[in-house]
Amino acid sequence: MHVIVFTRSTPDTAAKVEVNSSGNVSWGDAALVVNPWDEYALEEGILQAKAGGGKATVIAIGAELHGEALKHSLAMGLDDAARVWDAALENADSLAYATAAAAAVKKVGDVDLVIFGRESIDVGTDQHIYQTARKLGWTMLSYVSKILAVDYAAKTIKVERLLEEGKQVVTATLPAVISVMKDINEPRYPSFIGIRKASKAVIPVWSLADLGVSLPPVNAQVTKFKNLPPRDTRFELIEGTPEEQAKKLIDRLLEEKVL
Amino acid sequence: MSAVYVWIETFHGQPLSVSWEALGAGRLLADQFGVPLTALVFGENASAVAAEAAAHGANKALISDDATLKDFRLEAYAALLTKLVSENAPKAVVAGATSRGRELLAASAADSDSPLLGDVLSLSVDGGSVTAERAVYAGKVLSENAITGGTTMFVTVRSRAFKALAPDASASAEITTVAPALTESQLTTKVESFEESVGTVNLTDAAIIVSGGRGMANNPKDAPSGVTGDQASAWKAQDGFANVIKPLADVLGAAVGASRAAVDAGYIPYVHQVGQTGKTVAPDLYIACGISGAIQHQAGMRSSKIIVAINKDGESPIFKMARYGLVGDLYQIIPAITLEAKKRLGK
Ligand SMILES: Cc1cc2nc3c(=O)[nH]c(=O)nc-3n(C[C@H](O)[C@H](O)[C@H](O)COP(=O)(O)OP(=O)(O)OC[C@H]3O[C@@H](n4cnc5c(N)ncnc54)[C@H](O)[C@@H]3O)c2cc1C
Ligand SMILES: Nc1ncnc2c1ncn2[C@@H]1O[C@H](COP(=O)(O)O)[C@@H](O)[C@H]1O
Repeated sequence: MHVIVFTRSTPDTAAKVEVNSSGNVSWGDAALVVNPWDEYALEEGILQAKAGGGKATVIAIGAELHGEALKHSLAMGLDDAARVWDAALENADSLAYATAAAAAVKKVGDVDLVIFGRESIDVGTDQHIYQTARKLGWTMLSYVSKILAVDYAAKTIKVERLLEEGKQVVTATLPAVISVMKDINEPRYPSFIGIRKASKAVIPVWSLADLGVSLPPVNAQVTKFKNLPPRDTRFELIEGTPEEQAKKLIDRLLEEKVL
Repeated sequence: MSAVYVWIETFHGQPLSVSWEALGAGRLLADQFGVPLTALVFGENASAVAAEAAAHGANKALISDDATLKDFRLEAYAALLTKLVSENAPKAVVAGATSRGRELLAASAADSDSPLLGDVLSLSVDGGSVTAERAVYAGKVLSENAITGGTTMFVTVRSRAFKALAPDASASAEITTVAPALTESQLTTKVESFEESVGTVNLTDAAIIVSGGRGMANNPKDAPSGVTGDQASAWKAQDGFANVIKPLADVLGAAVGASRAAVDAGYIPYVHQVGQTGKTVAPDLYIACGISGAIQHQAGMRSSKIIVAINKDGESPIFKMARYGLVGDLYQIIPAITLEAKKRLGK
């Protein structure tokens, strides 16, 4: 039995991100981190592999900088890592990435569970997750806040999902793709030994040829990045007693027609 | 005949207002392509919802209220959508960028190897070529995206980014019933139970949001005896959300938001969290109370039209984003605002 977790690197959430004069997105010298939502996915990967007596592999699709997320994952305790990269994936869309991701899952083989974080904090709208599930033809369970029961022999899983409207309990068959919420676990910090081991690890890079897959046409493309239009920098400090402040504020908000 | 499809999202048979905005966006595309606007309504109450969709601009509706479609289950919904797309080759499929809308359209786009633009803020159509703007890097940067090929494009639209058409109760649509693509025995998931959360919040649709942060813990009220330390802080903050923030929100018709610090400390449930790891919102008015304005919080609310900051520390970064700043104790200022708003709004 095998669990796969997908992750990649994102700029630190506190990074100042802007479009530079050559039109590229730049985050200065801010650090790259594992996409914060994925820490829960990685932790769950470790826990589930242990529970099922199998192995947890972490995969990133992307250029070399995503190797950092893989090193962090290995340091946390995932068993294996691989990076998928190919010139054909440069500037490709989520459909292409999902096609490659599904092929990577197939290459690993004997996989019961694929785990994603809820979404990526940079360019994401979580679409990679669902598209990977469809390319695999597997059950998709999103927004999982608890794994209530899982039986890797009988190939069944029971989860709690956190919906906008409440909590839903769903049973499903394995193999499945899940995306996890932050309440699901408490991600561990990499141990000192883990970091040492990860720093020495040689992470294989799989090309599309290695995966034996060709990409669907890329028909959705980013044509340009832009900085935000300048903010309205008008600022008014409203002073006085709380009653005076309240009166002035309501005056202003009525003038602005937002009440 | 080709069409522009709009998925009308429902929950327990009730349509979500973002679906009317999606119809507004769909109308733009349908007019440009010279094709009808078709509403897709799946699940319980489908024909009544289809009639509402007609009032909101749909020319036609494809409905299916089969029992397998009662709860939103991705496999059942995606299989049907993909079937309709492959049979009828619509020019576009549009839906609100809600969690279900994003999931459904991404899945069906993958099934049909079609391009997808998720969570768009704007759309422009110029002689058949479609471009869209999206917010990336937590809203710090915008991207322009183009559809460069394919038969059907899939687009999800952010809440409040597109206008719904003015409803016309006399409009009607040609309604066609379609069969589901899968039977119950072909589905691999089963919904066992559902527990609705009390006081659901719809932050992304709200025109006004009143948010509280860690500062909520500085409630002058005393916690019950025996409740001490962090527990006392949590009690005070919860009391403040219930008896100070909520009354203001009620007067203004606003939703209640929160910072992550407030959520993590257990002052208020996660569904209220605004920010990089919470909801992204863009109301007309955002009132931040006892929130310092960390960059991760800004990520979720920076597109608000007017920001009001109430904070006892005049140096807080939240004031850099605010249009109006009130320095002082939120526990004195907010009740005063609530009172004044009641008077002035005649409530
Ligand atoms: C990966 C990551 C993701 C994150 N995601 C989010 C996110 O989605 N959303 C989010 O909000 N944060 C997020 N954060 C956390 C963020 O960095 C801040 O820690 C958090 O926003 C702080 O919340 P706060 O402003 O309520 O608390 P604080 O920063 O502690 O501010 C409290 C404020 O209350 C004021 N105050 C205190 N008492 C009163 C009073 N009586 N009256 C008036 N004012 C008072 C204080 O002056 C202070 O400014 C994230 C952080 C990380 C690392
Ligand atoms: N190129 C990639 N390689 C590995 N994981 C990814 C990649 N892109 C997105 N993901 C993961 O997929 C999930 C959803 O991402 P997104 O669709 O970008 O919001 C997150 O857990 C991401 O870390």
